[in-house]
Amino acid sequence: MAKITYIEYGTEKAHTIDVRKGHTVKDGAVDNSIPGIEAICGGSCSCSTCHVYVDGEWLARLPEQEDMEKDVLEFAHDVRANSRLSCQIRVTDELDGLVVRMPEMQNV
Amino acid sequence: MTQSLIVIGAGHAAGQAVVSLRAGGWDGRIVVVGEESHVPYERPPLSKQYLAGEMELERVFFRPPAFYDDAEVELRRGRRAVGLDREARTVTLDDGRALRYDRLLLATGSRPRRLELPGAGLDGVCYLRTIDDVDALRRRFAPGRRLAVVGGGYIGLEVAAVAAEKGLDVTVLEMAPSLMARVVAPAVAGFFAALHRRHGVDVRTGARVEGFAGTDAVEAVLCAGGERLAADLVLVCVGVVPNVELARDAGLPCAGDGEGGGVRVDENARTADPRVYAAGDCTSHPNALVGRRVRLESVHNAVEQAKTAAAALCGTPRPYEQVPWFWSDQYDVKLQIAGLSAGHDQVVLRGDPAAGSFAACYLLGGALIALDAISSPRDFMGARRPIAARAKIPPERLADAGVAWKDMT
Repeated sequence: MAKITYIEYGTEKAHTIDVRKGHTVKDGAVDNSIPGIEAICGGSCSCSTCHVYVDGEWLARLPEQEDMEKDVLEFAHDVRANSRLSCQIRVTDELDGLVVRMPEMQNV
Repeated sequence: MTQSLIVIGAGHAAGQAVVSLRAGGWDGRIVVVGEESHVPYERPPLSKQYLAGEMELERVFFRPPAFYDDAEVELRRGRRAVGLDREARTVTLDDGRALRYDRLLLATGSRPRRLELPGAGLDGVCYLRTIDDVDALRRRFAPGRRLAVVGGGYIGLEVAAVAAEKGLDVTVLEMAPSLMARVVAPAVAGFFAALHRRHGVDVRTGARVEGFAGTDAVEAVLCAGGERLAADLVLVCVGVVPNVELARDAGLPCAGDGEGGGVRVDENARTADPRVYAAGDCTSHPNALVGRRVRLESVHNAVEQAKTAAAALCGTPRPYEQVPWFWSDQYDVKLQIAGLSAGHDQVVLRGDPAAGSFAACYLLGGALIALDAISSPRDFMGARRPIAARAKIPPERLADAGVAWKDMT
């Protein structure tokens, strides 16, 4: 288990969720119906609708982006240096405390 | 008094509708009636990771089972709606009970088209639509077993890929002259045929199946021309039929077969009856992008149309206006499709198929209407906006993989 905090766009409402090891950051959001993440393709890196911004120091501690994720992300809405696809971040003990923020919208 | 909503069907569209209805402020009763024993789930992994044993059941569910209690959604599982009376505003279930509604959402989906051929009822002739179908199929998968896949569309090819990787001896029988003929250009179809052959799959196009032979279980596929193809297992994947019977029998207008069938809805997912909405595979909607009615079989459409229906039901309509998209995973190759290529008058290849990553761009009158991206997500993502705008792009620029999509004019 790792505690992941999801912060909604605009309202800044924070949801802290226990996400199981091996699940993805996307899974934690979908299972708890966190507003702002769509994940239409179910986490197969096909659609960019699970785009999140990773808070502060955490970015460097995440697993490296694969080329597929980079290519898909490039066209997400309002991409920034700390953008990631949450379906590609698998939860480990090291990610306990991770904070991610929702973008204004997902490109569906 | 609050309003009561019944959702018929418990697939992806139903799951999304429920989530969006509660998020959108629907505070009335919600009842979801589904034939299967499961909570709403996502079908795309069924022929991919779930079949391969790489995804656990709970990850296939659209939301965890507890969600429905928390959201005060009543799930009537294992129940089928057998009658709709629009005057009395009741739905009759197969246990004889009637449920009264103020609003109704038809999310009845589609079912696999059955083959009406001799021997089609033999044990071992299978179809794939549900979790239970896949569980049964997985039990029959064993290295060395001979699997014949009838139909070379997305589902058939995805299953062929998983089966080949599991060591089965796989043959794909496609009646058309090329694979996925309904949707992709010959260059794309040829790429996938070669991909499957490299993995040991016997891909046969122009192959007509006339029946199946066997005493108790299937033993062979009978092909036109007299060949008897030995098989331990047959999977039939020859498309789907929309489940429109409940709507049609209740007098709701449906699209003709020439339009692909489906319950006719408007851009707000509303049927001819203002109290009745419909979303997903079972609907025919007017698509502004292609300028005609279409019926789509895709998760994207199920999700977006369900959101459209929910928005209208919550009194905040948000008309459906989407570029359709689809994807398929076969081996380590990802096929992503944006737009609808039907009716195109020109195909331009972008990139080199021999390199394993390329795109096929479909044009109509010089405008980009669709694109197939083969292990090239950048092309898929980049093309979606120009397709929505029906942008006219010179073919030579499309063909030049050095021209980035943001510079594509």
